[in-house]
Amino acid sequence: MVRESSLKYVIVDIVIYLLLALILLSTALPFAHEIAISFSGRAPVRAKSVGLWPQEFTLDNYAAAMARKQFARALAISCLRVIVAVPATLLVAVLTAYPLAFERFQLPGRRGFLMALILINLVQVGLIPRYLSYKNLGLIDNPAVLILPTLLTTFNTILVINYFRGVPFDLVEAAMIDGASHWQVLSQVMVPMSTPVLATICLFTFVRHWNAWFDGVVYLRNASNWPLQSYLYTVLSTTELSSEYSGYRYSGRWPNVSGDGVGAAMVLFAVLPVLIIYPLLQRYFVSGINLGAVKG
Amino acid sequence: MPVTRMASMARQSLARPAPPGVARRRVSLGSIYGRRGALYLMLVPAAVLLIVFGVYPLWGVSIAFVRYNPVAGLAGSPWVGLAHFKEVFRRGVMAGLLRNTLLISSGKILLGELAGLAFALLVREVGWRPYRQLVQTVATIPQFFSWVIMGALMLSILGSSGGVNDLLVWLGLGKVKFLTDKNIFPFVLVLSDVWKEFGWSSVIYLAALTQIDPHLVEAAAVDGAGRGARLWLIELPIVVPTFVFLVVLGFGYILDAGFEQVLVLYNPTVYQTGDILDTYVYRMGLVNFKFEIATVVGVFKCVVGFVTILIANWVSGKVAGQRMF
Repeated sequence: MVRESSLKYVIVDIVIYLLLALILLSTALPFAHEIAISFSGRAPVRAKSVGLWPQEFTLDNYAAAMARKQFARALAISCLRVIVAVPATLLVAVLTAYPLAFERFQLPGRRGFLMALILINLVQVGLIPRYLSYKNLGLIDNPAVLILPTLLTTFNTILVINYFRGVPFDLVEAAMIDGASHWQVLSQVMVPMSTPVLATICLFTFVRHWNAWFDGVVYLRNASNWPLQSYLYTVLSTTELSSEYSGYRYSGRWPNVSGDGVGAAMVLFAVLPVLIIYPLLQRYFVSGINLGAVKG
Repeated sequence: MPVTRMASMARQSLARPAPPGVARRRVSLGSIYGRRGALYLMLVPAAVLLIVFGVYPLWGVSIAFVRYNPVAGLAGSPWVGLAHFKEVFRRGVMAGLLRNTLLISSGKILLGELAGLAFALLVREVGWRPYRQLVQTVATIPQFFSWVIMGALMLSILGSSGGVNDLLVWLGLGKVKFLTDKNIFPFVLVLSDVWKEFGWSSVIYLAALTQIDPHLVEAAAVDGAGRGARLWLIELPIVVPTFVFLVVLGFGYILDAGFEQVLVLYNPTVYQTGDILDTYVYRMGLVNFKFEIATVVGVFKCVVGFVTILIANWVSGKVAGQRMF
């Protein structure tokens, strides 16, 4: 009896392992294919004979991608965007959360402010009113449009508020009895005690800004101000690359590259930073979600 | 958790009096609560941002009620009341857009949550830790890539000479026009979204499942509960409320059918089944410059969306005992 049931157990185990292997492959194979293409020479890519392993191995696709002025520029703009946006977003979240976190501050208007924050988050004004208001604010064609509108997010603020509430208020009170100002309490008590939630916000803000593309496409008419993903959107959804590199008599600077190959190389450039911070992300997102689930 | 000098000082000062020789400024509690200036100052950036990017754009909604004259601006444009609304609904555009939006959205919500739940339960059965971590890690990654990237990937694997069609041919089935057949395209939208998100969706279920007391599982095993019994009697009762909660909340946002995904993947041959409210607003407004029509659809979405969120919040309170706010 025991034998039989353990045999059944093993069989179910095998089925589960195989099923998960299939799921794993369904996610991994498309990326493996893309990586293979990015390292393959012109002929095999154009003949569509590249599978999961590079053919006629070359780094030319990457070199050709970097040699494209607009690509290099877009990459730099994306880096700059993240460098500015992440600390600024964090600063706004922390500054906003602190006065709103503690009922015992007895701050008139605290609840009202919190309500407004939540309510505004629920009203999703459409694209056109938003566009017109940005136009009036002088944000169209202004790179600041990539950062300013999402500096304050309800989600971040609530996340930090909930975390701050977990810090014993006695600490705040004690620090203030010792003569600390609110600024000192915030910067030297609350912030150091909240590193997990602040790290979570940093990582998610990084990913959000690194991946954002629609705002660039819509609000910046001058394509030379576009971040990487906006640039990729136009390049990957048109035949610009393939017609440039894969023309019949193409004999430019990069004889061994193909449109698809350069496109794949660009995709991998765009994916790499996220992959690098992914282990950090993974460590934090479970706790981040749990924090968010706590009632605000 | 790193605690600074200040924090540990504060904690110490709770426990015992100040060490001799250290001069301290003593402040009464009353004056702590008196110092509100700093607190209000901290709220200034948020207040400005809230007004500029939260409240001010609301004014632009009025474009749906005027004949917009870009030169005269909004205030100088003649008021036409609900004329644009009547036009949009008379043309019958809304019905198609709504149908597409609701179908694609509900497919994503239901299948997406089911896939996340199923994946979480499967992953939990894996005893070999490295394998479990590998599967989980790889499955969750795509959520952190943009639809631009994932769209490029989809185009290359679903195209006529892509990997999926190669596989179909190899299996003796014909090629499928995944991205240009209007009857298939909505399924591509739903399934590719599920494929991108299932690993991420599973995280919350896995978190819920960690609440299960291992002793309970052991005791059940001693009593003869096999895998099936454990699934039915212990695991599902834990995750089903979470599932219900997430599905109900998902339906609150049902009018968001995945703007960026559709924009990346669709093309004119599939507008009939793939065009959703958001993509229509974008095309009408910023491609064809019919601001009024686009805003009418946008206002409709905004108002109905607000109501659905409130309803979902209320229902989830009733059904799942949890609310979002």
